[in-house]
Amino acid sequence: MRAHREAIAVAVVVAALIVAPLGQGNYIAYLLCSWLMLAIAAMGLNLTLGYAGRISLAQASFIGIGAYATSIVTLAHYPWVLGMAVGVVLCFLVGLLLGFPALRVRGHYLAFVTLAFNSLFFLVARNEDWLTGGTYGLSGMPRPRIGPVSTSGQLAFYYFTLAVALLAALVLRLIVRSPWGRAFKALRENEVRAESLGLDVRRLTLLAFAIGSAYGGLAGAIEAPLVQYIDPGSFDVVQSLSLLLMVVVGGLGEFWGPVLGSAVAVLLPEALRVTAAYYLMLYAIAVILLMTRCPGGLIGLARRIAARPARRRGAAVS
Amino acid sequence: MTSPHLSVRGVFKRFGPVVAVHDVSFDVAHGEILGLIGPNGSGKSTLFNCILGQTAPDAGSVEVDGRRVTGRRACDLSLLGVGRTFQQLAVFPGLSVLDNIIFAAQEHRGGMLGRLFMRPDAGLTEEADRMIEFFRLGAVRNKLAGDISYGQRKLVDAAMAFMAGPKLVLLDEPAGGVNPTMLAELRERLQTYNREHGTTFVVIEHNMDFVMSLCGRIMALAEGRIIADGTPDEVRADRTVIDSYLGG
Amino acid sequence: MAQFLQVLLSGLATGSIYALAAVGFSLVWQAAQAVNFAQGEFVMLPAFLVLIGEHWLHWPLWAALLFGFALSILLLGLAFKRLIVQPFGPDGGLPLVIATMALSILLKEAVKTFYGAEAEPFPSLIPNGDFHIGGAVISVRDVLNLAAALAVVMLLTLFLDRTKTGRQMQAAAQNPGVAEILGIDVARMTLYAFLLNAALAAVASFLITPVYLAKFSNGESLGLVAFIAAIIGGFNRIRGALVGGLLIGVLDNLTATYVTLSYRAALPLVLLIAVILWRPQGLLGDAEARIV
Repeated sequence: MRAHREAIAVAVVVAALIVAPLGQGNYIAYLLCSWLMLAIAAMGLNLTLGYAGRISLAQASFIGIGAYATSIVTLAHYPWVLGMAVGVVLCFLVGLLLGFPALRVRGHYLAFVTLAFNSLFFLVARNEDWLTGGTYGLSGMPRPRIGPVSTSGQLAFYYFTLAVALLAALVLRLIVRSPWGRAFKALRENEVRAESLGLDVRRLTLLAFAIGSAYGGLAGAIEAPLVQYIDPGSFDVVQSLSLLLMVVVGGLGEFWGPVLGSAVAVLLPEALRVTAAYYLMLYAIAVILLMTRCPGGLIGLARRIAARPARRRGAAVS
Repeated sequence: MTSPHLSVRGVFKRFGPVVAVHDVSFDVAHGEILGLIGPNGSGKSTLFNCILGQTAPDAGSVEVDGRRVTGRRACDLSLLGVGRTFQQLAVFPGLSVLDNIIFAAQEHRGGMLGRLFMRPDAGLTEEADRMIEFFRLGAVRNKLAGDISYGQRKLVDAAMAFMAGPKLVLLDEPAGGVNPTMLAELRERLQTYNREHGTTFVVIEHNMDFVMSLCGRIMALAEGRIIADGTPDEVRADRTVIDSYLGG
Repeated sequence: MAQFLQVLLSGLATGSIYALAAVGFSLVWQAAQAVNFAQGEFVMLPAFLVLIGEHWLHWPLWAALLFGFALSILLLGLAFKRLIVQPFGPDGGLPLVIATMALSILLKEAVKTFYGAEAEPFPSLIPNGDFHIGGAVISVRDVLNLAAALAVVMLLTLFLDRTKTGRQMQAAAQNPGVAEILGIDVARMTLYAFLLNAALAAVASFLITPVYLAKFSNGESLGLVAFIAAIIGGFNRIRGALVGGLLIGVLDNLTATYVTLSYRAALPLVLLIAVILWRPQGLLGDAEARIV
């Protein structure tokens, strides 16, 4: 019954997303693309942190790896798909490596290791001009062609991004609905117990990082042709922190949490028509309040509100 | 005489200057229920952890069905048919009771990559429901394990230990914090399970009535050594055991 | 040799200011198990409070400094504890970490919006000038910064070890349950830790801002350095944070001068990762004190 209702809700939202940019300017389509791009990255972080319970403050660096890989490959006139594949695989492998510290340390310590990793990535991107263009960055990345169809128009690129995002969401959905999803949660809830029941904790922890990071890489593969300009500053620690906020604001370990959280960060300020500076301040205050009142994020809050009248109804019956 | 199910040989473990387990050796036969008693700090839990791959012993070896398992990881032991419960409650509070119990067996199904493509329940719902029925948890089947009573969680914990069909189960203080009615039920369930499946049990327990009525054989530990080994009546009457409990 | 001395001294001078931020970070961590991701902004903000006193209220520098110091303690000490940390209870966990991240955004944006996004000169409290020893040119500011920062840490250590309140604070941080039974007002001791952190951050701010100019984004790198210093030295040790801060200041300067300018920031990061993975209790910490 609940799955049924969710399917209807998803269909309605997808339909809305298909018509949303029609008749709007290029800017709206661009904005929606940035949202979907960040949502993909946040979904990956949600797998690592929300499902598997291992914090990573390095997600922006994986967007960076994906974006640089895609840029370098497409600027050399190879197709986008190749660049994307290189970026995603690279992120998967680097994510696997970043998972090793998570086998030794937890919590704050893991947060600092991953944060340091992100800072190191930033330094490499800034200093290795031959590869990354240094502080000047890389620009002029072509947008992908799908057979005869070019996505260089903003609207066409939006539908391309939407398709990629939906595909990414579907794959993640299949992962977390499979026994793996239960294993990730078991890892989060009680690692020692999970291992005593046969879970290869080591392998699953590494996979949680690798898959989450690969999603960062995929987001980067969208960002490169979307913005058509990348520089190290787009992938610094501040970006990673803001991705973390998106995941937590949406609702940790909630499948749709990252999508909602990134919408709050990207789309809401436009809808409210407040200048970015004021919005960020209000956002920060709202996050603090949300964390004190409802650490489960917006979806947790919605669940709580939804549960309240049900309980009252139940009380009235009995 | 068949070979022992569990064979512990000369296990030794020290933490800094403290010797927690001092050259302990014993065998457990197939289908036996062995109780392990001893005052706090006598080395029972450390011994458990050494057997189960949670702690590496400094010396000695552990064999399950004649296969050396010393130094193997806990997950490997589970796959070899060794289940356990923990002294502290070890359920997954954010998963439903059903999911807790399904998880307890899913890692035994197929390979890691294969599980990615399995049905969400890994085909285990029926089996899990049988386990839920066996432990009389039907009323809380779909509740989060964090939302049910302590006694019920103890039962979930036990159900998880059995779900993968282990041949040998190590129970760390199963009776701790369980109310008397539930206690009788727990003992009855464990004995029934042992009878029906021939499962071997090793039980750490402080509750003397519980352990004496559950087990066919009792081993007493003090300061990391075995000081008595025999039937419940023999151990109850043992001078050294009485001294180590009363004398501290 | 002369150059080496110069580099060493100026490294120690910056390092000692990092140490102030790191020591405060450690104090709050010990007292409330709170990792403050806004610590960098705590060092950024006091300078702007002084600038507000100076430029908006047209007060003389000494009054503006006093105003900045007092307001820092009120905002970053009292209000931070009451409004941000306290609502999360004794174990804030991830939600509290997120809240401090949000606070860091709030402080940055507030300064940017209400004061300005440009770097502002900040009055130096210390006369500029150099003196020469042998071939080395020693900056007066470096010497006095180092002396001031070390004096503050020394006073703090004396306070914590020699006074009744200081010892009560340590007891409350180490074992709040037992401290409560012994009749120590744990809540008050925790508050003192927050106030001290705010004071240390303000002093660090007044010493470091003349060097770098006042800018809303100053906290980004400062915060990171404070974490690194605190963790390298040992999360649970005042002395560790001091050593960590000095070490980073010196290493940073030495790398920049003798090894590589573009990767100067990498060394502390690599050091941080290595320490966490192989010696998580920090260089000066005890293994038992490790809290994960």
